[in-house]
Amino acid sequence: MENTNEPEQQEEGENTPLVRVSHLHIDFSRQRVLSDINLSVARGETVAVIGESGCGKTVLLKSMIGLLPPTSGSVEFDGQDLRQLKEREMANQRTRIGFVFQQAALFDSMTVGQNVAFPLRQHRSLSPHEMKQLVLARLAEVGLPDSIIFKKPAELSGGMRKRVGLARALILSPELMLYDEPTTGLDPIMSDVINQLIMRTRQRDHVTSVVVTHDMRTARTVADRVVMLYPYSRLRPGESQILFDGPPDAIDQCDDRRVRQFVDGQAGDRLMEMRELSET
Amino acid sequence: MATHTETISDEPASKLRWLEDWVAGWGAAAIQCVVSVGDITLFTFRTFAWMFTRWPRREAVLANFNQVGVLSLPVVAVTGTFIGMVLAVQSYSQFKMLGMESRLGAVINMTLIRELGPVLAATMLAGRVGSAMAAELGTMRVTEQIDALDIMGANPIHYLVAPRFLACLLLIPTLTIMADFMGVFGGYFYSVTILGIDRHHFWYNSQQFVGHWDLFSGVFKSFFFGAVIGMVGCYRGFNCSPGAEGVGRAATASFVYSFVLILFLDLVLNILIETAHNSLWPDANPVF
Repeated sequence: MENTNEPEQQEEGENTPLVRVSHLHIDFSRQRVLSDINLSVARGETVAVIGESGCGKTVLLKSMIGLLPPTSGSVEFDGQDLRQLKEREMANQRTRIGFVFQQAALFDSMTVGQNVAFPLRQHRSLSPHEMKQLVLARLAEVGLPDSIIFKKPAELSGGMRKRVGLARALILSPELMLYDEPTTGLDPIMSDVINQLIMRTRQRDHVTSVVVTHDMRTARTVADRVVMLYPYSRLRPGESQILFDGPPDAIDQCDDRRVRQFVDGQAGDRLMEMRELSET
Repeated sequence: MATHTETISDEPASKLRWLEDWVAGWGAAAIQCVVSVGDITLFTFRTFAWMFTRWPRREAVLANFNQVGVLSLPVVAVTGTFIGMVLAVQSYSQFKMLGMESRLGAVINMTLIRELGPVLAATMLAGRVGSAMAAELGTMRVTEQIDALDIMGANPIHYLVAPRFLACLLLIPTLTIMADFMGVFGGYFYSVTILGIDRHHFWYNSQQFVGHWDLFSGVFKSFFFGAVIGMVGCYRGFNCSPGAEGVGRAATASFVYSFVLILFLDLVLNILIETAHNSLWPDANPVF
């Protein structure tokens, strides 16, 4: 009986979303940032979370890895509620997740090589030679030469730092990649390089990805699905904070004026507000 | 168009709004104070828990010992020397009026070893070490490096705080002994070379009046001062507000809080040490 159930359970496990956010509320002090967010990310899917600055995109991303605890609601990774995990279990789950920070967050007291090798030192027992080979391989995948391993992060350009951050996030071959504004502050060519790296990572390693961005080009290039968040403080009562959830092509046909304004990069209501403020 | 306000709840308008605001302000400050005390207590417990369950990495310990201990040596030595010399300058005229200038060694060394050496060395280290820790950890917080550590499965308290705290706890007493030694040397140098005090009397009176208990009490206090400097510096850095302003505030707050706590602890510990001394040796004669 148990044997016959096993394949079904396995199939069920594969069909369940890798990340499930349910009724998530996050407050900072008395300020609500996220309200009743429901979002599932299927295995292998790439979801772009878009929205204007301050709408809670990064907060949502950090809650997915347990860095920001929910005020209420839950965040599940592979069926496990992150709030229920003990410190060691959480550390183990996090080895399955890679996180690329907006400003790369490289340790400036370490060299590039030490930065990329850091997760290996924490979680794998490898010889220095094996570690170095893995580090060089990951750096090569993001298009960086071997000679870079002895440099300090301060000596690198923004694009190089982002790529080192990507190499570090990928070093443990994670199942889920979380990208926080991966192309912010980069020139158009480097932005495209990063977009291509995100796509290549997904195709080669079948990684599930969540990309937080306000760059529509990135969202259209890398995502299977786009989710648009709107600042809670600007919502009408009873409205969902997620204004759009669908494929990238459908966002242009969205009826919501606020979504169109964001996609087209129009100031719209903000300009009116600025005028009103300057008049008062 | 109706929209949500920035805060969750709207406070009702009232004629006594100013009173409400005043009470609310004090209430918020009291809550914040309790929360901060609870927070730093938990932070301290977590640091001790990590120190006793898993020893910090050797490289991290050595790097922090170098930063706190070795690199502080010159400035502690200079501070100690000048304290000793200033004490000689200040005490000489008064003691000369009483015809007791030969006892200058006793007063300089007693004051130095029991009080000024530990407190001034700790104050100086709160500025050099505590503020630097707060600024460094604050920058790491602001640039998300602490979040990155957490995400990569390295507990930030174990990785960043435990070695810094350990370095402060163990090396600040050592630096205090160094400051005492240099202070004694500075006082001796000024008294004997500049003021012409007899060398034999200087040392004889020092030996007569300064005992092991005095050295013990100074070094004992410096363990607490070291713990305060390490904990406050790390806590302020960890809880740094965003931006360059936040880092600056963390560094300043680290020094101010450490300084106040050092003075407060100095008072409390002096009372305890005196009580202990009087209980152990009730018949002991007063120093002068």
